Amino acid sequence: MALLKMKFTQQRRVRLAQGLWLLSWLAVMCGAFIFCLGVYLKTELLRRDEVMDNTEIHVVPNILMMVGLASIGTNWVASRVCQDSLDASRFPRWKVLLLAWFAVAALLCCLLIAVVVLSYALQGRLEESLKVGLRNGIRFYKDTDVPGRCFQKETIDHLQMEFRCCGNNNFKDWFEVQWVSNRYLDFTSKDVKDRIRSNVDGRFLLDGVPFSCCNPASPRPCLQYHLTDNRAHYNYEYQSEELNLYSRGCRQALIDYYMDLMNSTGPGVLSVILIQMSVLLSLRYLQTAVEGAMALENPEGESEGYLLEKGVKQTFEDCKAKVLDMLKFAQVDAADAEVSPGAADAEKTVDNTTEKAASPTPAS
Amino acid sequence: MPFMPVKFTLQKRVKLAQGLWMLYWLSVIVGILIFSLGIFFKIELRKRSEMMDNNENHLVPNLLMLVGALACGINAFGGKVCHDSLDPNKFSKWKPMLKMFLLLCCGFNVLLLLVALLCFLMQFAVYLTLAEGLKNGIKFYKDTDTPGRCFMKRTLDMTQIEFRCCGNNNFRDWFEVQWISNRYLDMSNDVVKDRVLSNVEGKYLMDSVPFSCCNPGSPRPCIQHHLTNNSAHYDYDHRTEELNIWVRGCREALFSYYSSMMNSIGALVILTIVLESVDMAGLKYLCTALETMADPENPECESEGWLLEKGVKETFADVLSKVKTMGKTNQVEEGGDAPEA
Repeated sequence: MALLKMKFTQQRRVRLAQGLWLLSWLAVMCGAFIFCLGVYLKTELLRRDEVMDNTEIHVVPNILMMVGLASIGTNWVASRVCQDSLDASRFPRWKVLLLAWFAVAALLCCLLIAVVVLSYALQGRLEESLKVGLRNGIRFYKDTDVPGRCFQKETIDHLQMEFRCCGNNNFKDWFEVQWVSNRYLDFTSKDVKDRIRSNVDGRFLLDGVPFSCCNPASPRPCLQYHLTDNRAHYNYEYQSEELNLYSRGCRQALIDYYMDLMNSTGPGVLSVILIQMSVLLSLRYLQTAVEGAMALENPEGESEGYLLEKGVKQTFEDCKAKVLDMLKFAQVDAADAEVSPGAADAEKTVDNTTEKAASPTPAS
Repeated sequence: MPFMPVKFTLQKRVKLAQGLWMLYWLSVIVGILIFSLGIFFKIELRKRSEMMDNNENHLVPNLLMLVGALACGINAFGGKVCHDSLDPNKFSKWKPMLKMFLLLCCGFNVLLLLVALLCFLMQFAVYLTLAEGLKNGIKFYKDTDTPGRCFMKRTLDMTQIEFRCCGNNNFRDWFEVQWISNRYLDMSNDVVKDRVLSNVEGKYLMDSVPFSCCNPGSPRPCIQHHLTNNSAHYDYDHRTEELNIWVRGCREALFSYYSSMMNSIGALVILTIVLESVDMAGLKYLCTALETMADPENPECESEGWLLEKGVKETFADVLSKVKTMGKTNQVEEGGDAPEA
């Protein structure tokens, strides 16, 4: 009992081939789109590479790029098959390739679904990576004379200005590190000496933030220093002041940005999965219909197209049997060398397996 | 003696028609490109209109949009004529319109030349508008409580951050205006009172700049206040310090941005003029080749195509005499009417 049988006249076969040719070129464009999406995502992740601790999240754009390229090739092959499908002399050479094609197309669909799942699942890892990366960035902000870290200041400043954020969780992260280099501190000054002695590690800690935390939308010129001291500034109250600095932390800002990016690509990827699935199913119908037509006496007559020759369960059992036979074939070969009286029995089993191997071939 | 004659066989005519059809559709795409560049330029002007006192001139982007739309229409029509040219029945209905069409294309080229000239010349107007607008912007920086000007601070800060510039000519423009609102000044404080009394207009002037002038590439945390006082900061010399704040003025920065945009649009318009001229020449050759077929019934016959029927000088003399006769015709009619009256 074939699965989802459909009757195909010559007219319908021609229409199916033409429609599928167009659909496979559309799928090639979709493959190119997925590749470009992967490249874009990778570029965005690489731009902020300096504030990320590890590159685990890069698996999402890498898979997208691979799938995009593979999909372009696969769907191009599908369009070639369509072109040859109505020519009885050229179609048989694709026969062997088609089984592999179906496997590759199914694999691509699975990979795309995996990408969608991964983009949600890796959110936690991204957050961890950003937490560590930003913490290091803030710690090494002052090290503009240390090779390898001299651009940390510029990177963090640009990041805070572009994403409108301050610090890791919030602006108070800046109170806990020394972000002014010792080269610019006057150690003879009383104020500096007091501050350094006031903590165990001998660091110059301030209740101040860098200029890149300033919010341009504040009605008042930016207050950067003595933030917790209400008396240091006229008409200033630290608890109720909201607009002076950016209130969001950079980790949250970056996570929101990357999650938005990946979520907005979600519908695109899902529609590409749908298109790929429809190409796969239509090609299967075309293949079975054309093969059925070639087997008839009158090639122009009606033929049947189906998805699977037998039902789902039956096909599954056939496959299982084939795989087991292949394993048994290997086992028998090994036993053959050891036990010679069993040679006659072994030969019989070999014959049986070759027969069994021969019979499922028409199904593919 | 025709000007630049070329012999055409059927093959050559067909090739010319097909090539010209593709060229016309390429010109349609270029027309669409010019239209979208006009829209882009208009949006860019609107985005920074606060920096230009809302006074900016939208002539150039409006003209670009008009010219782009016209180019699409004209070239699409030309493409249609080419498509029909090899079928005598279809071509005969376009034949009478062709002379008008070529004249229209000439006029359109003149319009394109005008637009290209404007693209290069209007840059002066943009420069002057920017100078005026930025001066006012810096003056109104502190007025965040005045309706209509409350976003000037944010706009100017964002512009200085984005274009990496400070002040109008340079950062010293900030020393000449009061950019801190009186709401945030403690008038009972002696320092504040001294500063306010130290100048004629009673403004609170400082040698400081807003935070948006800071250069993130500086190795040192930004020094905003007491910029000209070397002793106010450790290891600081204001004459040799280059990286602390942006040294370029915003007028120069914004002008170079708009100037490069207008220059590239002008170059594209000039390219379009060249493309349109080639289209016109091709269409003229095609029409004359189809008209001079010795045997209209036999499509395989040879024909000749040219750009002008007589030489350049003769055609020019003809046009002049035609214009003169048109003028003389009016005079003769007047003379004829007078005796009757």
